[in-house]
Amino acid sequence: MALSGVEIFKHLPKTNCKKCGHPTCLAFAMKLAAKQASLDACPDASEDAKKLLGAAAAPPIRAITLGTGDKAVKVGDEICLFRHEKKFFNPSVFAVAIKDTEAGDAAAKKIEAVKTSEIDRVGQKLRVEAIAVIETAGDPAKFAGVVKQVVDGAPGVPIILVSKNPAVIEAGISHCADKKPLIYAATAENAEAMAKIAKEKKASLVVAADGLDALAELSEKVKGLGVEDLVLDSGARKAKDMIEQYTIIRRAAIKKGFKPLGYPIISFVGRDDALSEAAAAAVGVMKYASIIILNNVEKWKMLALLSLRQNIYTDPQVPMQVAQNVYKVGDAKESSPLMITTNFSLSYFIVRGEVENSKVPSWLAVMDNEGLSVLTAWAAGKFTASKIAQFITESGVEKNISHKELIIPGYVAILSGSLEEKLPGWKITVGPREANGLPTFLKARA
Amino acid sequence: MALTIPKETYSGKIYNVQLGSGAKAVTIGGASALPFLSFEGTFPNRPAVALEVADIAPDDWPETLKKAIGGVSANPVQWAKFCQEQGADIVALRLIGTHPDQQNKSPEEAAKVAADVAAAIDIPLVILGSGHAEKDTQVLQAVATATRGKNCAIGKAVEENYKTVAAAAMANDHKLIAMSQLDVNLAKQLNILLSQMGFDKERIIMDPMSSALGYGLEYTYSVMERIRQAALLQNDPMMQTPIVCDIGANVWKVKETMAPDAEAPEWGGLEDRARAWEVITASGMLAAGADLLIMRHPGAMAKTKELISELM
Ligand code: SF4
Repeated sequence: MALSGVEIFKHLPKTNCKKCGHPTCLAFAMKLAAKQASLDACPDASEDAKKLLGAAAAPPIRAITLGTGDKAVKVGDEICLFRHEKKFFNPSVFAVAIKDTEAGDAAAKKIEAVKTSEIDRVGQKLRVEAIAVIETAGDPAKFAGVVKQVVDGAPGVPIILVSKNPAVIEAGISHCADKKPLIYAATAENAEAMAKIAKEKKASLVVAADGLDALAELSEKVKGLGVEDLVLDSGARKAKDMIEQYTIIRRAAIKKGFKPLGYPIISFVGRDDALSEAAAAAVGVMKYASIIILNNVEKWKMLALLSLRQNIYTDPQVPMQVAQNVYKVGDAKESSPLMITTNFSLSYFIVRGEVENSKVPSWLAVMDNEGLSVLTAWAAGKFTASKIAQFITESGVEKNISHKELIIPGYVAILSGSLEEKLPGWKITVGPREANGLPTFLKARA
Repeated sequence: MALTIPKETYSGKIYNVQLGSGAKAVTIGGASALPFLSFEGTFPNRPAVALEVADIAPDDWPETLKKAIGGVSANPVQWAKFCQEQGADIVALRLIGTHPDQQNKSPEEAAKVAADVAAAIDIPLVILGSGHAEKDTQVLQAVATATRGKNCAIGKAVEENYKTVAAAAMANDHKLIAMSQLDVNLAKQLNILLSQMGFDKERIIMDPMSSALGYGLEYTYSVMERIRQAALLQNDPMMQTPIVCDIGANVWKVKETMAPDAEAPEWGGLEDRARAWEVITASGMLAAGADLLIMRHPGAMAKTKELISELM
């Protein structure tokens, strides 16, 4: 939680010695509160003051990085409960669970599924980011064998080591010690041993307890043992418990500055039924789970979950933008109509949806207007006759069509005259104002 | 450091809106806290799921969906009974055949279908026009009269036609679905306009305009979250109407629910993918506060109802 200048001032030496470069301690305190100065500048600051300010400056939810290198992923570091308040920053990480009993072919299949999971959506590359190796057999060697299979099979993919038996973790981590794995988990029973491994290997560590009180107590204890990169598992497995407990954790951390719960959340949503698993994972994505462990990562399931994650983690202030291009809708031919709209993703989705509805194959020119809607872009001077003309000319669409007719949104009917001037030889047709008028409009022409 | 559960203090509550009558009547709304947070509020009613029925054979629906409905889709009465058997809480009859671009069916024809469907089921009925604002005024008027006494929800009342549609609902003791275009203020504005003409705000179900997963879902999601916060935390009486999400119509026209396996191998099998698309869209709307979902796929509905049970 941010401290006010006066609160900070109380903890400064109050000698006004000016060594910090400011005329008074109070002036310096004000700069600190505004985050325009660092406490290091005061040589006489007490240890107390340093601790207090350090804690206040730390993010309410600690950032944790899984893995190293270009496949490493960061979670946590969130600052709000609702995406419209600011945005959600670090998308939930999806991991597939591989049991030690799946060593060999079954594991190989899942590893392959992770490696080939990348899809491209609205210009972003999305994928399953991590693999969790789960101990079920109590056999350190067996567990280590699967960890090795994963490390060799999916180099660089962050690993989560799941066992409550320190000996098993020791065996597994020997294959990925330098790769910043996440260990699951420290419990009330094994906290010392797990903390010791995490510290030695510089791994992150999940603290797992049943219920939030026990969880807060345990996270403080483990932190006291010297491990700072923690992740929380409150034991929630049912969707209801997930929403309730994760909300309490997030609220306590962000609104109350409650440090023992100021860490990312890990959620195990495995179900026998694949679609039920997807639905539970969806709840996790929306309600604050930072790491989501799935039993299986079928392509259809991940397409839905990755799309949801992209939707939820989009910055509400910066609308999603579609890449500038002339898109083919349906089986568009040379004679098919050509329409233009802006690259505000919602405009694009709605227009495209209505064109698809009309069943009239068409060309849809999407122009980069920094994600503004048609009217806003026009008002901002970004959807003008000369800019549209330039885009149409440079797009090369003329090579794909046999006509020279461009349909513009009804809202910018005013542009038709000047567009015909800027695009010699072209016919400009004014389309409907709202996208839902497109099916009627297009069918009437077909 | 002991944890004190940080609870919100809610000053508002969502209205209870009952649809239908008798043993199978369904009440939606009533929440006194943000979705599913039972540690700080009560949820007397679980979110309801309606299955959609069209008045004409849905030739333009994707194959996967038609297959899931089976052979009943040419007959709205049989189709509605099928929905009831499948475990739908409510049937949502969409009179798409009245649209001038479809079969331009007359208000009288629509009224007959609506009355027949209402008579064939004992679960509540939602009746939606074709979405053609002008034609809907006549259609919904005829339909509202023909189903008088059934306590249906009719809609959608939109900015262009709300007066006539609301009057029809009012005269025949129906509830009203009022749709605005993805905007918190517009949603509130429409409820105010309806109240000003004497329509009881506690008989409105608001439709913030749905969108499909991957196609603007986040806009609906955040608009709904903001509406719910205004209703509960700021106690805004014009925001306390239950919310309906008409998701089937959005979900079943996107590429993800239609592209065959061969066309999109990196997307996985069509059947699983399409059903998941509707379920995950539904889960998003539920988390944001939906009280009623209108869906199309019986299997997706069943899975969504499972999720609702898990959330209650
Ligand atoms: S250096 Fe420290 S003690 Fe000296 S004026 Fe600055 S804040 Fe005060």
